[in-house]
Amino acid sequence: MSVHGVSGEDRDDYTKEESREIRLRSRRLLLQLVRPHVRRITWTMLLVVISAGAGVVGPAIIAYGVDTALPAILDRQDWLPLWGATIAYVVSAVAAGVLMYVYTVSSARISQAVLFSLRRRLFDHTQRLSLEFHEQYTSGRIIARQTSDLESIRDLLDQGLNELVRGILFMAFTGVAMVLLDPISGLVLGIALVPAIILTRWFQVRSTVLFRETRTTSARMIVYFVETMTGIRAVKAFRTERRNDDEFGDRVEDYRVANHKVISIFGVYEPGIIALGATSIAAIVLLGGIRVIDGTLEVGVLLATALYARQFFQPIQGIAMFFNGYQSASAALEKISGVLEEQPTVPEPVEPTALEAAKGRIDFDEVRFAYATGGDVLPALDLHIPAGQTVALVGTTGAGKTTLAKLLARFYDPTEGAVRLDGADLRDLSNDDLRRAVVMVTQEAYLFSGTVAENIALGKPDATRAEIEAAARAVGAHDFVSALPDGYDTDVNKRGGRVSSGQRQLLSFARAFLADPAVLILDEATASLDIPSERLVQEALQTLLADRTAIIIAHRLSTVAIADRVLVMEHGRVIEDDAPAALIAAGGRFADLHRAWRESLV
Amino acid sequence: MSSQPAAPSKPRIIPSLARLMPYVRPYLPRLLAGVGAALVGSLLALAIPLVLRALVDGPLTHGDRDAVWPAAIAVLALGLAEALCIFLRRFFVLQPSTYVEASMRRDLYARLQQLPVAFHDRWQSGQLLSRAVQDLGQLRRFLAFGSVLFVVNLMTLLVGVGVLLWWSPLLGGLFVLLSLPIVVVAFRFEQTYHQVSRRAQDQAGDLATTVEQSVHGIRVLKAFGRGRHALDGFTSQASELRSTEIAKARQDASLWMWLTIIPFVSYAVCLFVGVWLVTVDQLTVGQLLAFFATAVVLNWPIESMGFLYAFAIDAANASVRFHEVVDTENTIDDPERPATIAEPRGRLTFEGVRFRYQDAPADERDLVDGADLVLEPGETMALVGSTGSGKTTLTALPARLYDVTGGRVLLDGVDVRDLTREELRTHVAMAFEDATLFSRSVRDNVLLGVPGADDEVLDEALRIAQASFVHDLPDGIETVIGEEGLSLSGGQRQRLALARAVAAKPAVLVLDDPLSALDVDTEAQVEAALRQVLAETTALIVAHRPSTVQLADRVALMREGRIDDVGTHSELLARNEHYRFVLSSLEEAERNREVNL
Ligand SMILES: Nc1ncnc2c1ncn2[C@@H]1O[C@H](COP(=O)(O)OP(=O)(O)OP(=O)(O)O)[C@@H](O)[C@H]1O
Ligand SMILES: Nc1ncnc2c1ncn2[C@@H]1O[C@H](COP(=O)(O)OP(=O)(O)OP(=O)(O)O)[C@@H](O)[C@H]1O
Ligand SMILES: [Mg+2]
Ligand SMILES: [Mg+2]
Repeated sequence: MSVHGVSGEDRDDYTKEESREIRLRSRRLLLQLVRPHVRRITWTMLLVVISAGAGVVGPAIIAYGVDTALPAILDRQDWLPLWGATIAYVVSAVAAGVLMYVYTVSSARISQAVLFSLRRRLFDHTQRLSLEFHEQYTSGRIIARQTSDLESIRDLLDQGLNELVRGILFMAFTGVAMVLLDPISGLVLGIALVPAIILTRWFQVRSTVLFRETRTTSARMIVYFVETMTGIRAVKAFRTERRNDDEFGDRVEDYRVANHKVISIFGVYEPGIIALGATSIAAIVLLGGIRVIDGTLEVGVLLATALYARQFFQPIQGIAMFFNGYQSASAALEKISGVLEEQPTVPEPVEPTALEAAKGRIDFDEVRFAYATGGDVLPALDLHIPAGQTVALVGTTGAGKTTLAKLLARFYDPTEGAVRLDGADLRDLSNDDLRRAVVMVTQEAYLFSGTVAENIALGKPDATRAEIEAAARAVGAHDFVSALPDGYDTDVNKRGGRVSSGQRQLLSFARAFLADPAVLILDEATASLDIPSERLVQEALQTLLADRTAIIIAHRLSTVAIADRVLVMEHGRVIEDDAPAALIAAGGRFADLHRAWRESLV
Repeated sequence: MSSQPAAPSKPRIIPSLARLMPYVRPYLPRLLAGVGAALVGSLLALAIPLVLRALVDGPLTHGDRDAVWPAAIAVLALGLAEALCIFLRRFFVLQPSTYVEASMRRDLYARLQQLPVAFHDRWQSGQLLSRAVQDLGQLRRFLAFGSVLFVVNLMTLLVGVGVLLWWSPLLGGLFVLLSLPIVVVAFRFEQTYHQVSRRAQDQAGDLATTVEQSVHGIRVLKAFGRGRHALDGFTSQASELRSTEIAKARQDASLWMWLTIIPFVSYAVCLFVGVWLVTVDQLTVGQLLAFFATAVVLNWPIESMGFLYAFAIDAANASVRFHEVVDTENTIDDPERPATIAEPRGRLTFEGVRFRYQDAPADERDLVDGADLVLEPGETMALVGSTGSGKTTLTALPARLYDVTGGRVLLDGVDVRDLTREELRTHVAMAFEDATLFSRSVRDNVLLGVPGADDEVLDEALRIAQASFVHDLPDGIETVIGEEGLSLSGGQRQRLALARAVAAKPAVLVLDDPLSALDVDTEAQVEAALRQVLAETTALIVAHRPSTVQLADRVALMREGRIDDVGTHSELLARNEHYRFVLSSLEEAERNREVNL
């Protein structure tokens, strides 16, 4: 088994090596994210140190006020030191406050910059990943990565460099002071470090496992949530609410338990560390007391070391919190780095073949194709389409028509053989060139929430309003769009729920019209249209397709009228291939289909 | 982009948090115990240095050998007691906080499932998700850490101020007076922070929406090579969120700044006045020192108030966002005294049905504008109309995915609104125009409406829908089909959705263009098999093609929101011009010839 990429993401039984590998991957990512901000981080930390210093000045000034300024007034009526002390106090207060402000804003900037770049990177990467990945990974998990995982990284970044820096500094200084003051007490502290490290190690190992569990359980919960909300109509129509409540409830509970476990072990770790501190202070008092009585130690020194020891352990709570946050963020980074480690199975070429203006000749050379999950869908396909030809692709459902189209649009790469455009292997074309040349209108007419105009403009982002309207007019969508409350600026709601399914198809058709590619693939692009609209679309097609290559997949043979050539597919093979009239005359499969279709017409 | 209601402009922290009470109440004793443990813990933290000093100054200095052990043990006991208090605080508070979070999450989800489709039309999915995940997480953390700390630190603060006043009423009073500007600062903070905090939460929700769409719409984005375009959109949204978060941090920072400056300046003034008071013999040096020793202890509680305040506002906003959903009135609810249909026969009647979507412009006519239609038991009715004429809308009414806005829909003489939704939806099953499948096994998908039914039902449904291809899938009927069934071909998906509706064995079948993705042969086979079912089941079938209309006994033509005409296919073809326009792809002359044949 491998833990490369997202494989094994759901497992909780990693071996030591696997666990280390993931850890390293997550740490690398953290470093990469933080590196660009090293300078800012450094001076922000400096600010923390200075502001900590300003905080320390306060008590000293008060001591000065009482010890020096007061006698000065009493003795010689000299008010100057008191004025000085007061002003110094005000200045240190203002300085501490302003530093605090600058520090806080600056660290927020760092944390937001890190999150921003991580978000962007993750988004960009998931967009690049191939359909094959998305089909298996599901949208819910990507959303989980982008929301709840990022949230735990944010917690780490927000909560606390401040505490960590202050804490470590503080411990270092008091530690050194102690050793200088009384080496034996220093030794006690040193010895106390051993169980502290053991305890920390225990916490680290346990919490790594448990934090991973929180990430997987929260992702599972989010996946379920997203799926329910996406399919809410079916949920209602088939009354699965109660079953979903149970199922989702289980996932919520799993997440709760995971969360609770991880909080609980921190609830042992933190008091454990504090108890350790208490024990070592007691030991210092004991050893010191004995030595004082023996006369080998000054009382003053004992008092100082006891108080120092107490101080030494004070910041440890903050540091433990930081460590906890770090563990949580690491678990999240493990998952995110896994996604980032995935490579597109349909990669962009390193040195693309240039394709200036595509003519649109298409060749499927000895193509064999199988989806990752099953047998061959296209066992052996050899197909050559000259530029400018309009090809109708018909055949039983599940024959592999969409698959063929998806290969041409390079959603997948063939398992064997090659698909070529103008003689160039699609694998050698840059994404930009390919997408400019080949556009596919998919069987599912997906609209994004946003306005009608935005949705059409997806075909050509810099299109003017006039171009958008022209495209809509060409496919016969203008009338209904104008009738919408805000015309082209009407929000179509999520998934285009605001418009009817036929209207959705018209809009996605307009989108392709606007994109104006050399090769156009229409996959059942008129299946949900009524006959008059379909006729309009067909007229539009006739002008549109005059000078470009087109593959039109359709069950309604009305489309065939405008095709130069018909391919009949069955079980992944092309069984008939000729001009429509010739096929009808020949009396094969297509002739049967055509007759059946004619008969159904009225 | 975001279509959820705008944020209320008035911050109301306490009422918003108080609304969590029903969830928190069961755990109140534990929370109070947690506060108790925290209080004792912070008292111990204060006491330990004093005790240390007393021990060292006292018994140890006097060379009392017997005192060494008890002194060390006392120190140990106090320290362990402090650790125990921390342990107890977490023990008491943390578990309840996870329970509160989980039960709120379950309630939110349950509520979302109950709310009508119209609600889901309006709300972005990311907004719902961010409420269910991020907001509730925020509330948990506030409950676990914020609220306890708030209470403890507030008490410490009050006690501390009391002590200050006790040491020296004059200085203490001066300190309180000089610190009053904090109230103004805090008030202003609340006004502005409240809004940015809310904006950040909303923007996080919008970002989640964009992520979701970018994945669900990945095929379109890839087909047009618009990955970069989508990235640009996402980037600008993410950078808006970033600016908001930084604006939030600014607000935070400025509050903290004032919370540092104001008390410290007050101390400075107190120092001056205190020394002066000593010189005029109104105060002893001891009292002055004691005053400042106490004041130092207050630094942390004062400072912490800053982030706790922000924390509380975030939590209050999260609570408001949660309640925005939970409080939404469920407009499609079960009746108080539900009727029931003992023996459903499947007579479906539309009586003067009117319907308009919530966002329809006021001057527009109702989308369904007084439709009358009767489906006799066992009858199959095709519903024909041009694109966007309201067919899908009409078919959503019998199962109450939407409620009529006028007139009524009757099932066996009972208004559908008088039945429980559970009962109604057992009588009415649907296949939608887009096959909404779930990433579960084929079996679970087909048996969605009849969980626990046996294989016979499953096989029968698969047979009728001509979906035998499922047996060729890698794990047969146990194969988990990908998200939304997208690892199946279009026609395969549609047939599974059809099988699902058929398997439910309802009295009324509502099929929205159920054969659009099938080839001519398969369509004919499905139709032949469906005829058996349709012989005894009432069915309303939306049709775009003459071939689908063939399934029906009669056809209803929808036009301008009404049922324009009802009759058999050939009757309508002969007498209705609009019907010919919608359904006929033949030229007039050709048709005449065919009809005459
Ligand atoms: N993403 C996928 N993963 C695995 N198998 C798939 C995937 N997409 C399609 N298939 C399978 O490949 C076969 C061909 O599917 P394809 O979508 O190409 O059919 P089609 O000819 O377009 O059918 P239809 O007319 O129903 O749309 C089907 O058996 C289908 O189950
Ligand atoms: N959720 C909605 N909110 C507002 N308007 C809507 C909504 N859904 C649909 N509409 C509008 O109502 C009208 C009817 O839509 P409906 O989906 O019922 O049409 P249809 O007859 O099923 O069309 P088609 O044949 O294309 O499926 C359309 O003009 C559409 O724009
Ligand atoms: Mg297909
Ligand atoms: Mg419809």
